[in-house]
Amino acid sequence: MFFFIKKSEDGLWLKCSACNEITYKKQLVANSYVCAKCGNYFRIGGKEYLNLLCDDGSFIEYFSDIKPTDPLNFYDVKKYSKKLKEAQKKTGTTDAFTCGLCTIDGVNACIGALNFAFMGGSMGSVVGEKITMLVEKAIKEKLPVVIVSASGGARMQEGILSLMQMAKTAGVLAKLAREKLPFISVLTNPTTGGVSASFAFLGDIIMSEPRALIGFAGPRVIEQTIRQKLPDGFQKAEFLLEKGQIDMIVERAELKSKVAEVFNILKGGKS
Amino acid sequence: MSELSPEFEKPLLKIEKKIKGLEVNPIKNEKEITALREKLSKTRRKIFTNLSPFQRVQLARHPLRPLFSDYLAGMFTNFIELHGDRLFADDAAIIGGLAEFNGIRCAVIGQEKGKTTAEKLKRNFGMPQPEGYRKALRIMKLAEKFSLPLFTFIDTPGAYPGIGAEERGQARAIAVNLEEMMQLQIPVIAVVIGEGGSGGALALGVSNHMMMLANSVYSVISPEGCASILFRDASKAEEAAKVLKLTAQDLLKLGVIDEIVSEPMGGAHLNPPKQFEILSKSLAAALEAINKKRNYSEHRYKKFRQMGEFKT
Ligand SMILES: [Zn+2]
Repeated sequence: MFFFIKKSEDGLWLKCSACNEITYKKQLVANSYVCAKCGNYFRIGGKEYLNLLCDDGSFIEYFSDIKPTDPLNFYDVKKYSKKLKEAQKKTGTTDAFTCGLCTIDGVNACIGALNFAFMGGSMGSVVGEKITMLVEKAIKEKLPVVIVSASGGARMQEGILSLMQMAKTAGVLAKLAREKLPFISVLTNPTTGGVSASFAFLGDIIMSEPRALIGFAGPRVIEQTIRQKLPDGFQKAEFLLEKGQIDMIVERAELKSKVAEVFNILKGGKS
Repeated sequence: MSELSPEFEKPLLKIEKKIKGLEVNPIKNEKEITALREKLSKTRRKIFTNLSPFQRVQLARHPLRPLFSDYLAGMFTNFIELHGDRLFADDAAIIGGLAEFNGIRCAVIGQEKGKTTAEKLKRNFGMPQPEGYRKALRIMKLAEKFSLPLFTFIDTPGAYPGIGAEERGQARAIAVNLEEMMQLQIPVIAVVIGEGGSGGALALGVSNHMMMLANSVYSVISPEGCASILFRDASKAEEAAKVLKLTAQDLLKLGVIDEIVSEPMGGAHLNPPKQFEILSKSLAAALEAINKKRNYSEHRYKKFRQMGEFKT
């Protein structure tokens, strides 16, 4: 199971929702946001993943000027424009994807991460555009790409435009492949819907964190459709590995070294 | 007309029933019949020039609406159906094969919902599983190998959300189709004839020329799904249909499709042969235009590259 980080009053102490253990924040960060007592993975944001993967001080953010609009004037129980503002305030970012250039154990790379805290990490026009620009940057600079996903899928509030981001990101990855530059896709809890059915499952190498929920349809939708309870462990990373859908499960603390190892062997670029 | 016709068609059904009753004695009732026929066409025009988005959703799912198999029979000749993905199974939710269109050799693929209950079950209501998308891709690559233009017909509630579909990689199957379709070195023309249900529709929709029948819909999520997830109220489907902007008219404005194909007054189901004729003309014109492009895949990519709205 996964749980959100529960902040204490001063924000220095964090409580594990799985075992109630209270850990000093610095200690938790040093342990890659994994509870030292019970092994529970704290749910972390895109920026935390960038910190985990990039060499200290090497990350340079790109395309942060791409900001969301409300192309459909969408509303449900709330206006989309209002939801955007709330998410921006909550996360301190303009949308759900942060990306740029960095080194990973000394390897130059283009990197990006989705932030589940921003509207469920959903992919709308901004996420699709930034991923596309990041991959275009990689092609131009002849760099490998790594993207960390955490997403419920396409951003429904942008309607059909969010669906089209699936084709757009798949298209630019085809270009990256033609340049023989590697793409590592890291799946975290959860990766479903329009994100899993586009760039996230197009990695040359697909890694997942342990126990992450990964799939096309969400478990609730499947249960409603087939009218039966899903088996234990269904759609978990371990299940996907067994079914041949992902290359490997990597502990959060090992992600960085594993990504660098793969890049070091694949190298990449047209010779 | 059918018992299952949507509510807004009921006034038309009533007039039609009256006409039928009077037709027992057509000579005696001639005047009345003529008047009712006029009333029928007037009422129909009134209803169909003011359709709400949700009424279009209902038309897109209309029980009498022509399905892919009808278009296949009505617009293509010498169809040779190809089966199976060579890996797991033959998914009947997708029909595909080789054919001729106006004497032009081509490949044609589409989702098929099925008509009778037995056929609907066999075809899983037009909801493909990974093997369906992989069969489609196999036929697309075959078309590319032999330089045949590709026509795809979209009509699906969505990719099937089931245990087997997940086990066999539904997400990956769709993702691969998007990536591979983008690169096909042949003209690709897609048309939404009914329901364009999210990623399951897009997996056949990466095209040089994207069209929609006037009463078809294409959306990231069904109005019902949107209502229950975002509005947290399943009864809000009508409102969800409005805010999702899922009609052909909306999508043309958003730059996602290239053409709206008109339907006979009253919808495609009122005059399928006429619909085949209208769509045939559009397909032929689109193919002629795309044939002039030098790089089909680059033309396709450039179209999708500019989709999306944001500010800098
Ligand atoms: Zn714990």
